[in-house]
Parts: sequence; structure tokens; C-alpha cells
Amino acid sequence: MNILSCTGVSMAYDSHVVVSDVSFALEAGDYMVIVGENGSGKSTLMKGLLGLIKPISGKIEFYGLNQYEIGYLPQQTVVQKDFPASVFEVVLSGCLTTKGSKIFYRRQDKELAQHNIARLGIDALKRKSYRNLSGGQQQRVLLARALCASERLIVLDEPVNGLDPIMTGDLYSLIAELNHAGLAVIMVSHDVKSAVQFGNKILHMEKKPLFYGAKEDYLHTDICKRMTGGEIYA
Amino acid sequence: MLDLIKELFSYSFIVRALMVGVMVALVSSLLGVSLVLKRYSMIGDGLSHVGFASLAIAMALGLAPLQVSIPTVVLAAFLLLHISENSKIKGDAAIALISSSALAIGVIMVAVTTGMNTDVCNYMFGSILAMKISDVFLSISLSIVVLILYIVFYNKIFAITFDESFARATGIKAGRYNMLIALLTALTIVIGMRMMGALLISSLIIFPALTSMRVFGSFKAVVVCSAILSVSCFFIGIATSFAFSIPAGASVVAVNIITFITFTVIGELKKRVGVLA
Repeated sequence: MNILSCTGVSMAYDSHVVVSDVSFALEAGDYMVIVGENGSGKSTLMKGLLGLIKPISGKIEFYGLNQYEIGYLPQQTVVQKDFPASVFEVVLSGCLTTKGSKIFYRRQDKELAQHNIARLGIDALKRKSYRNLSGGQQQRVLLARALCASERLIVLDEPVNGLDPIMTGDLYSLIAELNHAGLAVIMVSHDVKSAVQFGNKILHMEKKPLFYGAKEDYLHTDICKRMTGGEIYA
Repeated sequence: MLDLIKELFSYSFIVRALMVGVMVALVSSLLGVSLVLKRYSMIGDGLSHVGFASLAIAMALGLAPLQVSIPTVVLAAFLLLHISENSKIKGDAAIALISSSALAIGVIMVAVTTGMNTDVCNYMFGSILAMKISDVFLSISLSIVVLILYIVFYNKIFAITFDESFARATGIKAGRYNMLIALLTALTIVIGMRMMGALLISSLIIFPALTSMRVFGSFKAVVVCSAILSVSCFFIGIATSFAFSIPAGASVVAVNIITFITFTVIGELKKRVGVLA
């Protein structure tokens, strides 16, 4: 069952085409990794999926969910480093979808936030200030916020950037766990090795898609061998 | 102490100044939390310089000060927002650019018309006598509007301040809220600057937020503490200014500095003790 499909999507910044003719389909439970080098258009494509930038041509369609109901894990910004906000406040802000024009959080929003905090094992940090957490803990908090925004699809933008190897491993297995529980995942990454380790679909971008398909097929392509040094056999 | 307060309230110009000031202090501290966190601390400074220029122009042309400065400063606020979001000149540089340009224009305007007189000095450093009864009504209605908007949009303001791209992805029209904050900031500055002075009004925006952030770790606590601090510092500042005959604006800033230092020390002690909240 498809939850998202892209057909012939092209995107541009100031008439400068950075993504051209991308087509793919995402099914419930998929774990798709968009790989590519810097400037390959993978982030722009992701912004298109989130509705932050409009494509110049092609169609992005959602089935059974609204474009706003994507749990987005953006890259951290400088502003957040010293931001005074409790973990609970941050997670709760994930419940702010455009559904209804409610002013205050409802009880079920607070329960949802609490549920996702428990799910990601950050219960003990709930009252702590976000700025005093480690990088890995902060990513968990932002992931919990993303889960409040969506129960079906999360989009991760280079989620392990700046994390040490142990935290990286933890975060990857946490994401895999969520995926096994039925959550569809789209991850933007330049780390091809972990892409083929965790993802079941790969979209390799270099302005246009160089490869799109199942991971098993990707492993046999030259481009994958070049990116991983040919040492991965899954 | 009690006598001082009693005496303070016996002058109608001080009562007016207190009413306007308390409202402006409250509103600017709320806006300040977002502005400081979004790295727009200098926006108040930039806009107040524009306010100074517009007052100088109004004076030269013999127009009512608020009628000229409100539209000019609002326009400058939108321009600033637009420049820093859409061009290669980033936030701080855009503000510095507009701020010094406006000040230069204002100074030229003053020099070719009236010359440096007390009015100009009052615009620069503020005067407690500047508040008329119409200003009281204007500032109270503005503050009520800002307060209501702030409470209604509190959760969205938090989301946008913390993470604009996430907020946009969940369908919040972040651009509109940024514009709203810029508009409210512009209005607050125009009303506050004649009492606090063009050079000092931005302190009302930055100090309370920065001070609260030294100690508190949650957004709500920072907002509530900023509001309380801002109003109390203003009140104490005016009383001090009255008791020692020093200019009101500078006296309020001085009280804010002392509070900031105190909170910094408390924050450090809190860290040492290890009760990270």
C-alpha cells in the first residue's frame, strides 16, 4: 500500500534546476534512504516532500495522510544550542499540526507527547532543559517530537551528524526499531554504508536519480561499489 | 520607602509614565524572548534609530510625532525582516546598515532645521515628561492587543522560535508570525522610545529575556520571569530616577544591569550545585 508517490518531480532555486525528474513510491513500512554527495539535490527533494518548497513540475501525492502529517527531524540549528526549553515543551510542540485551529494543547496531545517520551526512553529527561542534554539525547527528543507529528511517516535529515560512534549506533538501531513497528522512514544521508545496512530502498541522487530501487539491487551497482569501496556484502 | 512611593504617585506625570512604562515593559519583555532567541536582539536598536530619524523629520515638518514614526518604523521592521530572510545581507548586518543610516538621516535633519535642542536630547535619552494622556490610552490598548495575541499564539510562537523549519513542515505559516512579531516590536518601540530614549529602548527588549535565561531552563519559565522582571525593574528604575534625579531611561537600564549580574551569579551557583533544571 503506497503512502507517498513522486512522479517526475523537478525542483529549482531561482530558475536553477537542482532536482530533475525524480519518481519513486513509498509503501507503509518502507525505509528509504536518499543518498548522494553534497549539492546532489537530496535536501531539496526532501524539502519538496515536506512542502517547504514547491516543485516546478511533477506530482507529489500522499495517500491516507496529509503533507503536514510527516514527522520531520531537521538538522539542528545554532539557535537550539542554548535554547531554554524543557524536553516536554519541545516534544509537545510536535502536536501542532494544522488540524483544527485550536489555541491550546488538548489532553490527548499531552498524552501523546508523554507516550512518545516513554517510547524513546527519555522519561528521566522530561523536566530537563534541552540545552543541557548531550547531542544524542537531543536527537531523541527531536525524534519524539517528530513521532508526535506523525504515526506513519518520518523524514530524517542527516540524523547522525555530529554524533559520536556510540550515539550514532544507538540512534540507528532506535530508528530501525521504529521502522519494524510499522513506521515508514525516509532518511537523507551521505553515509552509504549505513544506508545499505538499514534501508530497504535506496534513491541515489545526483541532481537526477542515478539509482532507485531495492537495496539488494543497489549493492550490485558500480555506483554503490564506488561509494562503499566495494566492501559491503549484505 | 513608603513615603517615596506615596510621593511618586502624587505627580500625575509620573503616574502616566508608570502606566505607559509598565505596559511597554511587559510587552517588550514578551517579544524580547523570541527576538533574543532568534538572534534578532539588535532589531530593537535598529528600529529605535529609525524612530529617531522619523521623529526628527516629523519635528522639521511640524507633524505629530506618532503619526509619522508609527508607519515609518513599521515599514522599517518589514524591510529588515525581508532583507535578512531573502538576501545575502544577513540579520545583524542588515540591522546595522539600517540603524546607522537612519541615525545619520536623523542627525542631518536635526542639524539643518532646529539644531541640537532639548527636544532632540529627549528623543535620544528619553524623558519622563513626554507622556501625554493620549499616549497612555494608546500604549494600554497596544499592550492589551499584544498580550492577547501572545497568549493565543503562544504555542506557535514557541514552535517557530525553537525550530522554524519543523514548524513550517507541520503547516504553520511561519512567515506570517515573523511579520506579526516584527509589527508588534515596531509599535512597542515607537511608544516606548520617547520615555526610554532611542538609544536605550532596546534594553527593555533584551535584558529581561537574557536575565531570565541565566537561571531558567524552560520556555514558559523564561517568559513568565521576563515579564515579572521587566515590570519590576522598570518600576524600581523610575523610583530611583525620581529619588536621585537621574534620567528615567538610564536608571531603568541600570537596574536591569544589576538584575542581570545577580541572575548570572545565581545561574552559575545553580550549575555548581548541580541542580540543572
